[in-house]
Amino acid sequence: MRHKTFLWFFLPTGLAMLLFIAMPIVSVVIQSIYAPHPAVLVEVENCTPLVGCTTETTIDQEATAALRAEQPLGRFVGLDIYFDRGHLAIQEVGEIWAASDTWGDLFSEVGNLPFYRAMAFTLTFTFIVTPLTIILGLVIALAVNSLHRHLKGLMIFFSLLPMIVTPLIGSLILFWMIDSRGVIGNALVNLAGDPDFSLKASTGLMWVALMVYGVWSSAPFAFVVFYAGLQTLPKDQIEAAQIDGATRWQQVKFVVVPHLMPLVTFVALIQLMDNFKVFEPIIGFSAGAHAQSLSTFIFNDLGGETRQLSSAAATSVITIIGVAILLSPVLVRTWRDFKGAR
Amino acid sequence: MFLKKIALAGSLTAFASSAGYACEITDRVNIVGNEFAAIQAVAAAAKECTGASVESNLTSEHQTINVAGLSGNPSEYTSAIIANSSIVALMNEDVIRPLNDLVEKHGQNLQPGQLIKIGDDIMAIAFMANAQHLMYRKDVLEQAGVEVPTTYEELLEAAEAIRAQGIMQNPVGGAYAAGWNLAQEFNNMFLGYGGTHFKPGSAEPNVNTEAGVKALNMMKALSEYMNPDFLTHDSNATNAEYRAGNVAIMNMWGSRASQQTTTEGVLQEVIDGHAIAAPLTVGGGTTPASTLWWDGWTVGKNISDEEAEATFVAMTHGVRPEMLNDETTPLAVWLIEGYEPADDAQGVFDAAKMGTTPYPMLPYMGLMHSALGNELADFMQGKESAEQALADVEAAYRAAAIEQGFLQ
Repeated sequence: MRHKTFLWFFLPTGLAMLLFIAMPIVSVVIQSIYAPHPAVLVEVENCTPLVGCTTETTIDQEATAALRAEQPLGRFVGLDIYFDRGHLAIQEVGEIWAASDTWGDLFSEVGNLPFYRAMAFTLTFTFIVTPLTIILGLVIALAVNSLHRHLKGLMIFFSLLPMIVTPLIGSLILFWMIDSRGVIGNALVNLAGDPDFSLKASTGLMWVALMVYGVWSSAPFAFVVFYAGLQTLPKDQIEAAQIDGATRWQQVKFVVVPHLMPLVTFVALIQLMDNFKVFEPIIGFSAGAHAQSLSTFIFNDLGGETRQLSSAAATSVITIIGVAILLSPVLVRTWRDFKGAR
Repeated sequence: MFLKKIALAGSLTAFASSAGYACEITDRVNIVGNEFAAIQAVAAAAKECTGASVESNLTSEHQTINVAGLSGNPSEYTSAIIANSSIVALMNEDVIRPLNDLVEKHGQNLQPGQLIKIGDDIMAIAFMANAQHLMYRKDVLEQAGVEVPTTYEELLEAAEAIRAQGIMQNPVGGAYAAGWNLAQEFNNMFLGYGGTHFKPGSAEPNVNTEAGVKALNMMKALSEYMNPDFLTHDSNATNAEYRAGNVAIMNMWGSRASQQTTTEGVLQEVIDGHAIAAPLTVGGGTTPASTLWWDGWTVGKNISDEEAEATFVAMTHGVRPEMLNDETTPLAVWLIEGYEPADDAQGVFDAAKMGTTPYPMLPYMGLMHSALGNELADFMQGKESAEQALADVEAAYRAAAIEQGFLQ
């Protein structure tokens, strides 16, 4: 394609990307380095029913409005919000570093800071759920592919069900099933022989439940991609392997998996991105006491009665950077393959 | 039958002849608010107005949309129904207008106690009061041979008696779900121990105190008698436990009292044994470990004066004394003239009588509430000490308050 043709071909897409992807990101970055003006507080007498009048603090609207009119963006704070306790907690980490004698102390103290605790869960979730999703997806794809053709349609439908269910609804259903009065929870109580046994009260078991949900809900996606890939598997290669006396395991390992490798990369990319932004199961499972992620922080900042837009913006930028770091090895690899292929 | 007809005809004449009752508006009204039954009744009454459209969006997500919904110019909504916690966000953003002139012009039927005054400005019209108070199963307490508790210490003894006799394994209910609910339970207990959230006259946090530690220890002691899943139980789930007969004593919202045993599927023994009482005190204090709330409505700032007037007229119509009838009266503890409390309202009235502290109406209370909700779960799970949890709360609050410009 000539450069000029390519330019006209790409222009609409490029403009749309600028408008809907680049601009919002720029706006979020700007939001994250500005914070609201200092509030001008005044003491006034509040009168409310059943209580009477009390002296309370409130915001002096006129003075605040004047401040806002002067600098509509708010006050410039640079990277302060990124470094505060709710995010990277530079000062707190420094103090902990200076004060703790052992690595154990250091980790438990740093793990008490919300950002690092959320990161610990998010990274564990990402690096356990992503490979398991890929493996499970591949296993289902191989199983369905070897079925009789009359059964295939039905099995594909059932395998896709977890993806058809809305994530929040899916997690809510599982949430009620693992409740100590739910089907799975009750069975576990009987198995454990302890009436006080509760999956939802234990951080470890809650993490397991969240990850099981994560694999359950994304495996159909991996399955569909791999199943499509299996349809393009060259018949003669498999037949040659069979004639050479390869076992089924050897066929999968040396013929099928190498053939599907580009698709594995693709699924890994998408899953790394998705899992790093884990959100629905934490909300659906009401797991806030046990697990937080960067996405739930953003949700909490925006959903509170006092919205913390700057904090939410900073968390969003950190999320974008995190996804970029996570994807970089895969992207570098793809780039090398691309250059090699030329 | 005949008498009834005459009474009806009489009231209709009165209705038509008195200009105060008819509701004629000239401009649009659009209400945003929470979705519980009392608020639905107010919105429905406001919609009786004729002459222009009255719309409403009642949703439990109201807090996340009301600031944005009142911010545009002209704004989407002309009125937000709020409580003493959520009015603060609207005042912080300066999106609601003072009502002094409108009260003078159209507010003759409002009671002085309904006017929420911030300084000299009337910023909202309250129509109902709310508080968390004791709900219990009198049959279970009788069976266990214990008196109805009036303090949290007695509640613990009652719970132990119920468990020891094998009547219920986890007799105490509590909306202790991590987040807003857990923070609210802490607020209750903290105020009961005489704590104050902030140093006087400033936005400096003041929860890492003796009162804070005592409050957390009491909450922990109570949680030993709760369903082990308590950190996931909000007030809905706690009510479900109560209705299913798994819980015998709990601190629950007054606004839920009238519907506590009327939903479908409530066990007969729960219906028969259900009773309510005043909120509990704690640690020898005299002020209940609870907070007093009001719900009311506001008028948006970014709308025309005509829309503001129409909104005021329609909303005043929504909370006029005649809106109280057999159906609406039990829904809330109304602050409306002529309201006669039913039994369900007793808990809230007791709370008011006992001098329960109102939920703090401070610009930075929302940040404190969020910090409490996020940081206290660790202590409740036994992962850290009360002092550590409260220090975390103060640190989290401080970071948020610096960002929002309340602290330097």
